[in-house]
Amino acid sequence: MNIMTNSSKLRGFERAVRVENVSRRAILKGLGLAGGFVLAAPILSRPAFAYETGAGKMPHGVVVDPRVFVAIAADGTVTILAHRAEMGTGVRTSLPLIVAEEMEADWTRVHVQQAHGDETKFGNQDTDGSRSTRHYLLPMRQIGASARTMLEQAAAKRWNVPVMEVKAVKHEVVHDATGRRLGFGDLAADAAKESVPAVEGLKLKDPKDFRYLGKGEVSIVDLHDITTGAARYGGDVRLPGMKYAVIARPPVTGGKLVSFDAAAAQKVSGVEKVMEVKGWPWPSKFQPLGGVAVIARNTGAAIKGRDALKIVWDDGANAKYESVAYRAELEAAARAPGLVVRKEGDVDGALKSADKVVVGEYYLPHFAHVSMEPPVAVADVKGDKAEIWAPVQSPGGTREDVAKTLEIPIENVTVNVTLLGGGFGRKSKCDFALEAALLSKELGAPVKVQWTREDDIQHDFLHTVSVERIEAGLKDGKVIAWRHRSVAPSIASTFAAGTVHQAPFELGMGLIDVPFEIANIQCENPEAAAHTRIGWFRSVSNIPRAFAIQSMVAEIAQAAGRDPKDMLLEMIGSPRHVDLSSVKDLWNYGEPYSSYPIDTARLRKVVELVADKGGWGRSVPKGHGLGIAVHRSFVSYIATIVEVAVDEKGKLTVPRVDTAIDCGTYVNPERISSQIEGAAIMGLSLAKYGEVTFKDGRVQQKNYDDFPVVRMDESPLITNVYIVPPAADTPPSGVGEPGVPPFAPALINAIFAATGKRIRALPIGKQLEA
Amino acid sequence: MIKLKINGQEQSWDGDPNLPLLWFLRDEVGLTGTKFGCGQALCGACTVMVDNDAVRACITSVSDVADRQVTTIEGLHPTGDHPVQKAWRQVNVPQCGFCQAGQIMQAAALLASNAKPSHDQIREAMAGNICRCGCYQRIENAVHLASTGV
Repeated sequence: MNIMTNSSKLRGFERAVRVENVSRRAILKGLGLAGGFVLAAPILSRPAFAYETGAGKMPHGVVVDPRVFVAIAADGTVTILAHRAEMGTGVRTSLPLIVAEEMEADWTRVHVQQAHGDETKFGNQDTDGSRSTRHYLLPMRQIGASARTMLEQAAAKRWNVPVMEVKAVKHEVVHDATGRRLGFGDLAADAAKESVPAVEGLKLKDPKDFRYLGKGEVSIVDLHDITTGAARYGGDVRLPGMKYAVIARPPVTGGKLVSFDAAAAQKVSGVEKVMEVKGWPWPSKFQPLGGVAVIARNTGAAIKGRDALKIVWDDGANAKYESVAYRAELEAAARAPGLVVRKEGDVDGALKSADKVVVGEYYLPHFAHVSMEPPVAVADVKGDKAEIWAPVQSPGGTREDVAKTLEIPIENVTVNVTLLGGGFGRKSKCDFALEAALLSKELGAPVKVQWTREDDIQHDFLHTVSVERIEAGLKDGKVIAWRHRSVAPSIASTFAAGTVHQAPFELGMGLIDVPFEIANIQCENPEAAAHTRIGWFRSVSNIPRAFAIQSMVAEIAQAAGRDPKDMLLEMIGSPRHVDLSSVKDLWNYGEPYSSYPIDTARLRKVVELVADKGGWGRSVPKGHGLGIAVHRSFVSYIATIVEVAVDEKGKLTVPRVDTAIDCGTYVNPERISSQIEGAAIMGLSLAKYGEVTFKDGRVQQKNYDDFPVVRMDESPLITNVYIVPPAADTPPSGVGEPGVPPFAPALINAIFAATGKRIRALPIGKQLEA
Repeated sequence: MIKLKINGQEQSWDGDPNLPLLWFLRDEVGLTGTKFGCGQALCGACTVMVDNDAVRACITSVSDVADRQVTTIEGLHPTGDHPVQKAWRQVNVPQCGFCQAGQIMQAAALLASNAKPSHDQIREAMAGNICRCGCYQRIENAVHLASTGV
């Protein structure tokens, strides 16, 4: 850890910090929260380490106020609010740990409490985009430092000594000169009366004094409860008089209910009521799809009742969506010019002058999130008030959407965030909570809406479906031309009818930000219309892009007779910050390019590190092969080597995976490892099996039997993770998502090395058996 | 009226005898540690022990377990210190944690029948339990640790 340091280095901070958006602070005052700092502007620290993040540009920005996040009881128990959602990344532990570190709290005396959804109070709560540590490392440190300062001021007053003579040390404030000491609990009441210090004057701890940050010795706060069944997920909420509901939804996206016959359903033991659920027209954003709800005394009865429903649907405009034909459409689009989104040099001319042109066309189908916990929510709506309990990644957004859907004031909506049994982007969309709210309002009772696994797969906001076509021109063994056409329906189509181009945040995930040092580069985005709900899936467009680009590098290496790793490093080129001035909207994960440039030295470093540690070039048994891939996403750098073994029947196993990640300054290396280990499994799942197909507008898959994911008996035998120690003052970057994208191309390149078969369409399925 | 014992306590049910045990546990008894993941015995999130065998509660009806002893994650050990639970914590297995009750019950059943399972036996016995977060390597390490003494 090298982030922020002692007070001498904080000089000049005052000039550098920009606290803007005074009007929003005025709003806070109106709510009785005077003294809170809403940093709507980028967070800057001392000039020597002036890193800026996009945190302030997120809806509702960042709130830095210890009185919002920290409470100290008379017995010394420190309660710290976790305002981001826990879906397995460890954030519910990591962010409060940062506060505890900086306030000198003893972690064993810290209680973590989950914040409800209230972005005015807590700042942005969208737990997505691998942003939590990157946006909150510094604000959480500032919150902790503020609380520590207030405790120190209170002790100094009590002892009538200058504040610089006292110091907080592990849950106490001490006065060295006299040996006096007071516990945080003894000081709590007085400290609360102290004014909140200005962010600009805060002294942050010297990282060499850190007890917790960067060490990886603290387990997640929910560990014990998870192992005893006491941890509470969305479906575990039980309220007196609560009804259990499942919903039959239109099988085609954009379809609607015509009529239903509930006679048989109502005869099912335990079924209490059958009723229509309001649906929204396509594109429906995060609003419910509508359908027929079966209300029962338990979920089992509701499911049985639903099975007995007879429903007539109007399938609507997407009734002809069919995956084989759609793939052909995407391929045709990728073979013709499209909207130019990055252009440097003359790619047509360079391709014509090339000795050799290598063309690769890569297909990646839709796939579903299938988090272990299917969507579920509990709502209790009484009059114009609503209370929700749900595993949502966006509690603030959920609150807004519930208010809008029920047409009640947002202040009347409480969103309680449970643990999430996996999220992966699915639970950024709160349609399931809105369904529960609508049903509770109508029934006048608390309702739990449980999605079955079939509901989850058939009505997901799916990962897009894409064709990535790359043409590379070589001259004298060097790549001189690179044309990449990316065609895929956009997530924006879920919000705006008629969307045919990808949004900047999708183009910026591996297409326009390709880091290669090639003179002639052109990136294009031909049109594609969506016929189902498309949504964020962990790593998003980086998955198809890394698959295509990193496969292509290996294909070029093959064509040029070069080692794939050497070719990769040559194409990355010299250590530099990639000049993307030719790109109109770079996006860059919402981060300013000045703090988070594409740094090819760091990109090269993870390639070299993984090659070294992972034994690139080592001899492997017959039928085995090594593949390598690197990708920058969520402003982190990550490279993976996969060793694959393919037997004579075409069955593949993965003996070993090595991954190097550079995510800048980090909080909990133990959780970084767990994320990367898991990303390898998710990458292997999507590469081997991940495919959702449509016929007659309907999803063809239903459950884990026809939409399989990797199980333990096929998981990699060894997964090694190497975390690059951050150089001094490297800003924090993403961890939750970057691990997935390089896995599939590394695997595919390994399969080529093992068998000579080049796979260009995922999933692998039975392609190796042919 | 169906009678059964859950975590040592008598329970009875006079509703639909075909109600899956999973929903009886979760919605009628209020033991929510057992999770719903697929409803088709494909993922193992709902694994409980019936007598000493691991079963999938989502496809086991209440009538199937009449007069039997059902153990859920809540009843595995009074203070949550079964060797498998302890090993799980030592290895920091969980990410989201949702599948872990089922994984732990499956592992406990495995060790009850085979105190020292081999690497391959662990991988085979645990293959019915999906972890979408991908904690498999740690699960295997934890089962191994539990079998060798925590």
